[in-house]
Amino acid sequence: MITIPYYYSFRNLWTRRLTTVLTASGMALVVFVFAATLMLAEGLKKTLVDTGSYDNVVVVRKSSNSEVQSGVDRSQAAIIESVREVAIGENGMPLLDKELVVLINLTKRVTNKPSNVVIRGVGQAGLPMRPQVRLVEGRMPRPGSAEVIAGKNIAERFQGGGPGETVRFGMRDWTVVGVFAAGTTGFNSEIWGDADQLMQAFRRPVYSSVIFRLRDSSEFAGLKERLESDPRLTVEVRRETQYYADQSEAMAKFLRILGLTLTIIFSLGAVIGAMITMYAAVANRTTEIGTMRALGFDRWSILIAFILESLLLGLVGGALGLFGASFMQLITISTMNWQTFSELAFSFTLTFDIVWKSLLFSTIMGFVGGALPALRASRMSIIDALRAT
Amino acid sequence: MFFIKLIIRNAFRHRLRTCLTIIGIAIAILAFGMLRTLVGLWYLGVEGSAANRLVTRNAISLVFPLPISYNDRIRQVPGVKSVSYGNWFGGIYIDEKHFFASYAIEPKHYLELYPEFILPADQKEAFIRDRKGCIVGKKLADKYGWRIGTLITLKGTIFPGQWEFVLRGIYRGKEKGTEERVLMFQWDYLNETLKKTIPRRADQVGYYMIGVGNPDMAAKVAQDVDRTFRNSLAETLTETERSFQMGFVSMTEAIMIAIQIVSYVVIVIIMIVAANTMAMTARERIPEYATLKTMGFGAVHIGFIIFGESVFISLLGGTLGALLTFPASHWIETELAEFFPYFSVSAKTIWLDMAAAGVIGVAASIFPTWRGSTIRIADGLRRIG
Repeated sequence: MITIPYYYSFRNLWTRRLTTVLTASGMALVVFVFAATLMLAEGLKKTLVDTGSYDNVVVVRKSSNSEVQSGVDRSQAAIIESVREVAIGENGMPLLDKELVVLINLTKRVTNKPSNVVIRGVGQAGLPMRPQVRLVEGRMPRPGSAEVIAGKNIAERFQGGGPGETVRFGMRDWTVVGVFAAGTTGFNSEIWGDADQLMQAFRRPVYSSVIFRLRDSSEFAGLKERLESDPRLTVEVRRETQYYADQSEAMAKFLRILGLTLTIIFSLGAVIGAMITMYAAVANRTTEIGTMRALGFDRWSILIAFILESLLLGLVGGALGLFGASFMQLITISTMNWQTFSELAFSFTLTFDIVWKSLLFSTIMGFVGGALPALRASRMSIIDALRAT
Repeated sequence: MFFIKLIIRNAFRHRLRTCLTIIGIAIAILAFGMLRTLVGLWYLGVEGSAANRLVTRNAISLVFPLPISYNDRIRQVPGVKSVSYGNWFGGIYIDEKHFFASYAIEPKHYLELYPEFILPADQKEAFIRDRKGCIVGKKLADKYGWRIGTLITLKGTIFPGQWEFVLRGIYRGKEKGTEERVLMFQWDYLNETLKKTIPRRADQVGYYMIGVGNPDMAAKVAQDVDRTFRNSLAETLTETERSFQMGFVSMTEAIMIAIQIVSYVVIVIIMIVAANTMAMTARERIPEYATLKTMGFGAVHIGFIIFGESVFISLLGGTLGALLTFPASHWIETELAEFFPYFSVSAKTIWLDMAAAGVIGVAASIFPTWRGSTIRIADGLRRIG
């Protein structure tokens, strides 16, 4: 069987450049939206997965969804502190931190609009327990002083968040003495200070959560059972990874549904566009198809040639869209998480997975758009095709 | 008349192509309408806020309370007509999926401040008299089949425990956009319970609602209230209800802006598709246009035929899309009630739909119209071969 050379399909697209460009750019926009929503969902997931450590355990008051709503008083915290499953750090101290988490209102540098920022009072174990957090500028706050350190996002985006600047709350000015980076985690959108100082300032005698590292990860189930059934405690025990996944469940679901719906609807439009183009391509070339059939190419070759053409069209669109979407990585979305009422920043993240999914998606769009027209082309009878002018 | 007939006939010459284009445009307009409605929902709270209401909250952030003793001091600020207060309760009914807003409020003045909540006088009386009473909006009551006297149990997220309320009234919204998915109960019930369980959290309110007599005085009153409590243990931040609501909206603005951009992207996509279709159609018919010109029709006539066809097709698609918006939004209201219990398409959205369809039609026809009307007879006829 002689097949039609592949460059026949390629040249055809080149000959009708305007139509090709229009159709491909329609598809490119769809792929752009497809890739961008996937990247956004991926960015959110990455931020939250990285924020929690699997071996860390978060204890909050029962039925409070987040640390902000929770309250664990000192006597309960002391009971939790005494569990034997806690890992011991390098300096011989347990890797356990009783933390205070509240929201404060800060103003953004650029837009001048207020937003809720998490302020976390940490103790000695706060930093060693979270290896993903490291100080990149300045120094740690001195215990007992009105000093805080700010996450990277806060330092960049909020007034008073930069090193040397001050933020005012609780009738005191707090100097930012350092900036910490925490990879892509949610801690980047937090301010950290000394837990006892902050409890004084906010006049809150209770902790928000007790967080500790397990000495042996497999002991979690037993510990959870024991703490949750302890009559002296009214707490809920979760792994940190699970805790952060729960926090953004609604947001992740919203993005997923939105992205899926948009992509389906938009791809319908683009497929119709490809279909129109390919039908016109077939109609314009009726005589040509007849000639090729007369020359000895069989129905299959014709079918394959046209399908190849529309696959190429889709691929061009996909590549264009992906190219555009890759620039989205420069953008960081910062929005309020409805479940915690606090600021959460995450970026569009492009992964290899998304690249091949987008390209596959664009070729599928090309295939669906081109299948029916190609079928029509292959089913033409030689005589009729040649007779058409 | 003749031209219109010609346009309609022309439009359906390539039946398959025209149908595909119409479907494409309908889908795009449908998507556009849904996205606009979604964005509109976000701003619903802002639009429903009154100019004569101020909200006072703790200056640090919303999670910090204010002492109840501020009530009388705010009342003394000149220009203040009435003061009420409340707490965001954040209770969970059944489970997280059945989310609705719940507040503990001081009933008497609160209902005076919100004239848009229409509550029959006897129900209002019954609510104020019963400390464990609550009132809910009509939509919420309908959703769960609650009637007067129903016992409603909420699990507290901020205030621990199981809280039981007796439904004493069902209010209706004065306007269509008024929030009817709220549960409100007596602040005293919350406070008295807290005195027993967590005394340190008692006698504190989440926010004060202030009614001012003259809306023009609102800014002055807000300043005066904040000045009263400056340098105290709980400094306040007072703003109009509108900017208070706007604060929430602006925090999630990034996502809304993205959706807005996307809603235009879909129009651009379909514009490209339609432009492509019209360009192909016009290219095929160039000999016809030359023939028409030979018969004495001018450039304006030819242009009108092409332009008319394009606009006709896209308006057809637009109408179809706009009509589909209604069953689609109904589907969302029933199937995705968890996210969008209220998803109704406004008249403005329909107008925007049609305008977008018109723009698609016009934009798609610019190039072909220009091509068709400026073609020279000899060049056009030569193509017949």
